[in-house]
Amino acid sequence: MLNTYRYPSFEYRRSAEQASAQTLCHPVVIIGAGPVGLSLALDCAARGLQVVVLDDNNTVSVGSRAVCYAKRTLEIWDRLGLGQKLAQQGIQWQVGKVFFRDEQAYQFDLLPQAQHKMPAMINLQQYHLEEQLVQACQQAPGVDLRWKHRVTDLEQDDSRVTLTVSTPDGPFRMQAKWLIAADGANSDTRRMLGLSFTGQAFEDRFLIADVVMKADFPTERWFWFDPPFHRHQSVLLHKQCDSVWRIDFQLGREADPEEEKRPDKVIPRIQAMLGPEVPFELEWVSVYQFACRRAERFQHGRVLLVGDAAHQVSPFGARGANSGVQDADNLAWKLALVAQGLAPEALLHSYHDERSAAADDNLRQSTRSTDFITPKSRASLRLRNAVLELARSEAFARPLVNSGRLSTPTRYANSPLNTNDAETFTSAIAPGAPCTDAPIEVAGQPAWLLEQLSGFTLLSFGAGAQPVSVAGVQTRVLELGRDLLDPQGLLAQRYDGQPGTVYLIRPDQHVAARWRRFDAQAVQAALGRALALH
Amino acid sequence: MNTPALIREPHMADPDSFYEELIASQHGLSDEQADMALAKLVLILANHIGDRQVLSQALALARSNTLAAKP
Repeated sequence: MLNTYRYPSFEYRRSAEQASAQTLCHPVVIIGAGPVGLSLALDCAARGLQVVVLDDNNTVSVGSRAVCYAKRTLEIWDRLGLGQKLAQQGIQWQVGKVFFRDEQAYQFDLLPQAQHKMPAMINLQQYHLEEQLVQACQQAPGVDLRWKHRVTDLEQDDSRVTLTVSTPDGPFRMQAKWLIAADGANSDTRRMLGLSFTGQAFEDRFLIADVVMKADFPTERWFWFDPPFHRHQSVLLHKQCDSVWRIDFQLGREADPEEEKRPDKVIPRIQAMLGPEVPFELEWVSVYQFACRRAERFQHGRVLLVGDAAHQVSPFGARGANSGVQDADNLAWKLALVAQGLAPEALLHSYHDERSAAADDNLRQSTRSTDFITPKSRASLRLRNAVLELARSEAFARPLVNSGRLSTPTRYANSPLNTNDAETFTSAIAPGAPCTDAPIEVAGQPAWLLEQLSGFTLLSFGAGAQPVSVAGVQTRVLELGRDLLDPQGLLAQRYDGQPGTVYLIRPDQHVAARWRRFDAQAVQAALGRALALH
Repeated sequence: MNTPALIREPHMADPDSFYEELIASQHGLSDEQADMALAKLVLILANHIGDRQVLSQALALARSNTLAAKP
C-alpha cells in the first residue's frame, strides 16, 4: 500500500512528577490526545488553565477516519488560532450528487450563507488535523502533553480524582481536581467508572478505502444507492487532500470483515466503480460496524465525558468529531471559571444538560440517515426506493432523500443558563444558539464578528451598554459604532439589531440573553444565571 | 375558477421526522401487513384530499414516474 503520509512518532519523556515520586494534584487532566482532547486542552490553556493530557500511544490517528469538519467546528478552531490554517489545508466542497442505480437522482448545493469567515465544510484526513493540534499544544505554555501514559485505575472523592498511570518507566500516581475522559468510543475511563453505554447497534458492515488517484473528478460528494457496480448497497466518494479519496462501501450484514479487507477483494470493487481506465493505489482499508449510543450522564462526580466517550453516532452526517469538538467548546470555559473559583461547581452540571441534548439531536439525525441508507424491512426498502425514483423529477421528494444530514450546531434551547426573550426578535440567534458570523470593520480594517468573541461579551447596537460584573466575572462591551462598524449592514440584519439592542454572549459564543435596551440589572441577573449562580 | 393542481414542490415541515414516523409505523409488521398498511394509507390520504382532479394527477404521476424508471 502507498503512503502519502509519514506518521510522526512523538517522544516519550519521563515526567518530573514520576521521577520525584511525589503525587501532584493538577487542576485538569485530560485522557486522550484525539481531536476532542487536544481541542479541549488548547481551549483550557487559552483560558488560563494548566492542563495535562495523557495518551497511551505516541502518534496521531492511524487512517483518515473523521475527514469532514463543519463550519461551527472550524469556528471553534479559529478561536484557538487554527481555523485559517486548517481551512487552507482542507478540501472545500459545496456540491453533492445522489445517484440511484445507474442514474443521477439529483444534485444539491450546500449554498452556505455568504460572508462568513469559515467555509461550510472541509475534508481533511484526521492525522493532518491531529498533527496541527499537537503542534499547537506543544507551543501552548499551559498544555503538558504526555505520550505513552496509560491510565490503569482511578478513584475519586469529594475533592479530587486519583489516577494510577502506567508508562515505560512503570506505574505512578497522579491526582486531578477534574478529570476529562476523551478516550473515544471504547473509553477505558468509562469502563473503569462502570458506566453503561446504551443505544442501537447496526448490523451492516462498511468498508472504508482511502485511494490515491490523480483522476480529474470534481471536488464533490457523490453518494450512490444501489449502483450497478455494487448492487443493493450504498457507496460514498469524497475527496481529501494529497490526492487521496475516501470511498465507503456498504457491505451488508453477512460480510466477512477479514475477507473484505484483502486488497484482491477491495481493488476489483474500486476498479468497477472508477472504471477500468482510472489508475489508483490503495492507501488504507478498514471494515467497521457502527452504533448509535450514549452514556446516561456526561458527568460523574469530578469526571466528565467528552466526544465519543460520551456519545457515539453513525458516520452519516459527520457528527462524531464535530460534536466532540463542540463538547470541548462547551466545557472549557466552564472548567476554567470553576477552577479559578469564579463560578460554582454547579456550572459544570450544565455541561451535561447542554451537550446531552446536543448528543440526542445528533443521534436522532444520524439514526434517521442510517435507516434511510440501510432499510431494515421490505416495506422500508420499497419506500426508500420510491423516494429516490420520485426525486429525479419531483422536487417534493428531494428533502426526503437522506444520505446524511451535515453537522450543524445544536441550539441549547432548554439550557438552565439561558434567560429567555421577553421581547420580540426576528433573528433566530436566540438564547442558547451559537452566534452567526458577520463581516465587520475594526480600526479601519475588515474583520469578523466571531474573532471578537472569547469571554462574556455585551454586543451593543449603539451606545448605552455598560460593563457589568458578577462575582468577579466581567463582561466586555462591544459597541457598534465605537468598537466596530457594520459597513454592509449584515451584522444588524443577522441579529435583528435595532438601535439599543444588546446581546449577552457567553465565552463559547453562544447567546445567553438579549434585550431591546440595556438594563444593568437585567444583564446582571442574566450573567448570574449564565454562571449558574441562581 | 382555477383548476387545483397537485403540489409537486416541497410542502411539508420537518420531512425527516415525517419519514422517521412513516418507517416507524411499519415496525413489527410482517411484509404482508406492511403492504396492507401502506395500501390503507393511500386510501386514507386519498379520502382526506378528496379533490378528484388532484387525485387523478397524483395517480398519473405515480404511474408515469414508475414506468420511467429502468426495471
